Amino acid sequence: MLIKNNALVTDEWTVLRLHEGEAADRVTVPAGKVIVPLPVWNCQHEALQGRKELGLWLASFERAEDIPDDIHRFPVIGVDFHKYTDGRGYTLAYRLRKQLGFRGELRAMGDVLRDQLFYLKRVGFDTFALRADKDAADAMAGFADFSLSYQASADTDEPLYRRVNRGNAA
Amino acid sequence: MYRYDQFDHQIATERVAQFRDQVRRRLSGELKEDEFRVLRLQNGVYMQIHAYMMRLAAPYGMVSAQQMRMFAHIARKYDRGYGHFTTRQNIQFNWLKLQDTPDILADLAQVEMHANQTSGNCIRNTTSDEFAGVAQDEVVDPRPYAEILRQWSTFHPEFAYLPRKFKFSITGAVQDRAAIEINDVGLQVVKNAQGEIGFRVLVGGGLGRTPVIGSEISAFVPWQHLLTYAESIVRVYNEFGRRDNLYKARIKILVKAIGIEEFRRQVEAEWTLSKDGPGTITQAELERVAACFTAPDYTPLPSTDAAVVALQRDNKAFANWLKRNVKSHKVSGYAAVELSLKRAGAAPGDATAEQMDAAADLADKYSFGELRITHMQNLVLADVKQSDLIALWKAAKINGFATPNIGLLTDIICCPGGDFCTLANARSITLAKAVDERFDDIDYLQDIGEIDLNMSGCVNACGHHHVGHIGILGVDKSGEEWYQVSIGGSKGSPANIGKIIGRSFSFAQIPEVIARLLQVYVLERQAGERFIDTVRRTGPDPFVEYVYATPVPEDEKLLLPDYDLIKHGMSYDTPYYSPRF
Repeated sequence: MLIKNNALVTDEWTVLRLHEGEAADRVTVPAGKVIVPLPVWNCQHEALQGRKELGLWLASFERAEDIPDDIHRFPVIGVDFHKYTDGRGYTLAYRLRKQLGFRGELRAMGDVLRDQLFYLKRVGFDTFALRADKDAADAMAGFADFSLSYQASADTDEPLYRRVNRGNAA
Repeated sequence: MYRYDQFDHQIATERVAQFRDQVRRRLSGELKEDEFRVLRLQNGVYMQIHAYMMRLAAPYGMVSAQQMRMFAHIARKYDRGYGHFTTRQNIQFNWLKLQDTPDILADLAQVEMHANQTSGNCIRNTTSDEFAGVAQDEVVDPRPYAEILRQWSTFHPEFAYLPRKFKFSITGAVQDRAAIEINDVGLQVVKNAQGEIGFRVLVGGGLGRTPVIGSEISAFVPWQHLLTYAESIVRVYNEFGRRDNLYKARIKILVKAIGIEEFRRQVEAEWTLSKDGPGTITQAELERVAACFTAPDYTPLPSTDAAVVALQRDNKAFANWLKRNVKSHKVSGYAAVELSLKRAGAAPGDATAEQMDAAADLADKYSFGELRITHMQNLVLADVKQSDLIALWKAAKINGFATPNIGLLTDIICCPGGDFCTLANARSITLAKAVDERFDDIDYLQDIGEIDLNMSGCVNACGHHHVGHIGILGVDKSGEEWYQVSIGGSKGSPANIGKIIGRSFSFAQIPEVIARLLQVYVLERQAGERFIDTVRRTGPDPFVEYVYATPVPEDEKLLLPDYDLIKHGMSYDTPYYSPRF
C-alpha cells in the first residue's frame, strides 16, 4: 500500500532493487510499471527509452549532479532512505521540486516512518511507501502534526512573515 | 524581549501535542528506542546515567523573570529542586522521568518557551552576547537577527537530519563574547562603509575531537539575505558533510577537506538560486521583531553614585564584587551585573529553585524583569541603576550569587562529566569542586586576575577545554580517569586552541598542577599581563618545565574513596525510573 493524498491506495508500481550479485547492466527489467534504480537506468537507458511507464529511484546519497537531465520523462521518481536519519534525501527532494522543476510523483521509500512524514511532505514528497512493518493508516496522523510552518520549502514558496500579517506581536 | 504572536503560540502548542503523542507511543512500546531517540533529542531529552535529562532552550540566553520562575517550578515539580545552566545559554534538568517531559513542554509553552532542537543533528539554539543591547562596544544589537534565525531554523523540514549538530552564534560587538570563531557558523553584525547593516560570516569552527577556528566565508552579507545565505550553507553541508564517521561529520571537517575557497564557491553557487527570492527578509519583518528589543525606559542618571563610591572605598568585599561582577553599560548611571553561579561546594552553573525565584525577583526589582544566561554559566541583570548596586549586592549575597569571581580562576566552565554523563571518561564537576577548595583565597584569586579554566570530561568538549587559558580534558587510560592539561587557549578576540603541556595527570594531582602553572605566571608576568598574555609572550616552555620539574604530589584527601560523597553529601541513589539500571 502507498500513502497518496492522505489516503491509502494500491501501489501500481513495482520497485526494482539490485540484489547481491546482480549487475545493473544485465539485470532484467520486468514488464509493467517498474521503478528502476539509477545505475540500471544509466546502463540500460537505450533499451528502456521506449517504455513510457518507467520510474526512477535514487538512493539518498546520490547527488544532484548524478540526476539525469531527462527527469521529466519519469512519471515517478523515488528517493530511498536506507535509514530515516539520512537527511540527504530531504535536500534531494527539495532540489528535484524547486530547482529542477520535477512535477511528477515524488515518492519517499525505504525507512519511511510516521514521525518524519510532515517534513517529508514539506520538502516535496507526495507519495509515501511506509516501511513494511508499520501501519500506514496510523502513520497518516503524522501529516497533521503542524498546521503551519515558519519557513518556505517545496510546499510553500513564502516564509510565514510573507504569508500572513504578523504585525500583531503582543 | 521577543513576545510570541498567535502563530508562535500555535506552533509551540502543536509541538507539545506532537511530542506528547510520541512519548505515549514510546511508553506503550509502539515506538522502538531507535525510532524514538531522534525525536526525544530534538526536544532536548537525553538518557543519562541516572535518569532522563532535558535541556530547555533560552534563545540567545534571554529570559524574563516569569520564565525564570517557570524554571524554578520545573525544578521543584519534576526534578530535585535545582537545574544546571549550560555553556550554550540554556538550562538543563538532570533527574526527570520520561513521562513528565510532555508536561514540562506544556508548562514552558505557557511562558513562550520550548526545548526545540536543543539536541540532535539539527540546527541548535543560537547563542549570542550576554551584554547584547547594553554593551558599550556594540555596533548593532544582534538579538533581532538571532530571533529571526530561531524562527527560520525551528522545524526546518530540510535540516532535521543533518550529518551532525549545527550551531550558530551571533555577536554585534567589537569584543567577541559569543565565541563566533568556534561555532559551525559565526555571525558578526557589522556596518559597511555606507552604514548598511550586514554580517561577516565565519564557517567551520568548532571544538570536540578536532578543534578548528572558523574561516571567513563572507566579509559582508547584507542583512536581507541572512536566511537565504544561511540556508545555502546548511544545504551544501547537508548534502556533502560526511555521514560515515561520527567524529568527522561536523561542517569543520567538510570545510577543511575541500578548503574554504571551494566551500565558498559551492555556497555562492547555491545562493544564486535563492538570493533575492521570497526567503529575503523584509523590512517589515525586521521591524516587527526588532520592536521587541527596544531599550527599556531608562531614567537619566549621573554616571556614578556617591554611596557606591563610598562603600567601594570602605568595604573590600563590596569593592571586589564591583570589580569582578559589575560591568559597564552604554547608558550613564546604569550597570550590568553578573550573578555568579560559581560558589564553593556547588557544581558550576547549578542553581536551586529558590535561587531561580530569587534571581527572578531581583530582575523584577532592579532590571526591568529580564535576565540573561551567559556562556560562562552565570546570570546577568543587564540594566541595573548604579544607585541600586548596594541593595542588589546585599540581596545577591543572601542568595549565594555574590561570589566576586567573574572571570577569575574559580569561574570555571565545566561539563556535567562522569558524575552524570554517559559519554564522559572522567569526572569534571567533582574536579571543579576540588579546585574551588584549593583556591579559596579571594585575595590570591584577585591577584591572579582574569583566567579561563575550562574542564571537559571527554573529547566532546562540552566544557570547551580547548579554548580555556588552562584547559583540562578527562581521558581514559585502561579504564582509569586521567586528565590532560593544555594552556594558551582562548575563546575569542582572537580565538586560539590551547597546547597540551605533556603527559596526563591523576584526579588528585590536578589542583597542584594548576598551582604550579599559576606560580610560573606570577614569576614571569609583566605589568598588566593576564595569564593568557604571559603564555602568549613566553610560549609554553617555562610552564611545562616547572610543572614537570619534580613529581607532582597527589592531594591525599582527593584520594579518599568517596571524596565527593564525604565532602558534599551529594546523593547518588538511583531513581525508580532509571533508564540504565
